[in-house]
Amino acid sequence: MQWKNSKASRFFSLKRKYLAFPYILFLVLFILIPTLLIIFYAFSDENGNPSAEAMIEFFSTPSKISVLVVSLFMGLQTTLICLLLGYPAAYFLADKKINKNAVLVVLFIMPMWINFVIRTGATRDLLSAIGLDGGTHPWEATLIGMVQNYLPFTILPLYTTMLKLDRAQMEAAADLGCSPFKVFIKNVLPQSLPGIISASEMVFMPVMSSYVISDTLSEGKITLFGNSIYLNFSNSQWNAGSFMALIFLVLIGLSMLVTRRFEKDPVASRGGGIW
Amino acid sequence: MVRRVRTLEEKKTLAVRVGANFYIYLLLFLMYVPVLALVIFSFTGSVNFGTWSGFSFELYATLFQDEEIMRALGNTVILALLSSFCSVVLGTLGAVGVHEWKRRSKAVAESLTQIPVVTPEIVLALSLVIMFVFLGNYVYAGFGLSFWTLLIGHICLSLPFVYLSVKPKLLQMDPALYEAALDLGSTPRKALYQVTLPAILPGILSGFLLALTLSLDDFIVTSFTRGSGLLSGAQMIETISTLVQARIKKGPLPPQMRALTTLIFLFVLLVVIVVTILMTKKRKKSHHHIDRRNA
Repeated sequence: MQWKNSKASRFFSLKRKYLAFPYILFLVLFILIPTLLIIFYAFSDENGNPSAEAMIEFFSTPSKISVLVVSLFMGLQTTLICLLLGYPAAYFLADKKINKNAVLVVLFIMPMWINFVIRTGATRDLLSAIGLDGGTHPWEATLIGMVQNYLPFTILPLYTTMLKLDRAQMEAAADLGCSPFKVFIKNVLPQSLPGIISASEMVFMPVMSSYVISDTLSEGKITLFGNSIYLNFSNSQWNAGSFMALIFLVLIGLSMLVTRRFEKDPVASRGGGIW
Repeated sequence: MVRRVRTLEEKKTLAVRVGANFYIYLLLFLMYVPVLALVIFSFTGSVNFGTWSGFSFELYATLFQDEEIMRALGNTVILALLSSFCSVVLGTLGAVGVHEWKRRSKAVAESLTQIPVVTPEIVLALSLVIMFVFLGNYVYAGFGLSFWTLLIGHICLSLPFVYLSVKPKLLQMDPALYEAALDLGSTPRKALYQVTLPAILPGILSGFLLALTLSLDDFIVTSFTRGSGLLSGAQMIETISTLVQARIKKGPLPPQMRALTTLIFLFVLLVVIVVTILMTKKRKKSHHHIDRRNA
């Protein structure tokens, strides 16, 4: 206890607010500055002079535009299938009359804890064994791989919203003469909208930016945003890569403007705190 | 009349329950097909995935003899533990500190935290590499990709999630507790260790677990930011993800990976079972307490 009144102790008897300093410093150095560098590189040439070269090249190259279109389609299709498959599953899992077993939810999350590259390789090998190989059916094979990988990320946020569903409201609607279909459209769907939105966010952007799944399952035939950026990285084309990354950042900014008012919990949708 | 209606209703709910359960288990089965196939075919020596050539533990033996795989496994585990530890220390201190900030500066810190959460991994990875290359070109010529850049990449991946796991625990905490400890003569440091830390420990633990899973599973950030080092020595650092990706690009999944997946699966299953048992016990215990108090 000697240090109690020394100068060093006064330095260390820190106010709690100073504890955040290393955290903020790390974020500024390794998140904020690199993100700003992306913007700088997107609008400069190889020598670091300001230039719109990367932008002009992106918008005048049909293959790059098609990357954008293909990525959007793949993202939309995967999100839609994941929602269609995951929504009823999450609804049933959250209904105490149907499922009393909390472990079942954990089972849906468990594949996330097995290395996804190994799972992707296994899926590829199995699909080509039944004739759905990337050589002949690149789109279908990739779609199956995407859905398989992202379904848990859809079910989890949907499940957490469904747990909060006001079931008395639904029963009241039914008692007052609503058909089950009408109860669903007018009551369940609006109540679960925040879950649908955050589930879509967990799938759409990650699918567009994925590399391993599309590269492996389509045997390189389908180029998504992620594959394109990866190629730029391998060839050290920093400016072109930065511009594509910037487009992505703009897309994210737009989607955040739309979904801002829905509360979200990124930790829960990553599988944190299931218990 | 009334009786007949009720039985019909009962039949209906029973049908719904059976149908719903059938759907859940079917979906679960479809999701587990690749994993189940890997587990089943890990117990045969056949090189071809899907052909059974008799029961054997051959793949498990060759798994542990394969130096390349063992090295990658070692790298993966060391990197995951180290990066998660750094994230937990930085993120917990960050959450405790920012909690005390004024409203406006708190909002700035929160949006800074959100950047890596909403940014796709590949954009995060590219931006880091660009900065490292920039540093090498314009600031210090000797700077290059190494184990340290890889470590920074993995910390970036998991840091915000640690922060976001600890934050709710701080919000739940009674702020008067810390002040009371100080009033009773405790030093700030002691109050932090003995009052704040125990209260936020569950958040720290779940943040650590989340950081581990993010790091263990990562491919993109690893392949962008890695240099030489760790168990790979002078060669590029290989993790399980990068090693398997390089192999499946050229051919089928290496058969030893079936054995590895089975071992990982069993480990995860064990953890899930133990945690579930512990949680049910805890829940029962707390119910018991409530009952006693009510009585």
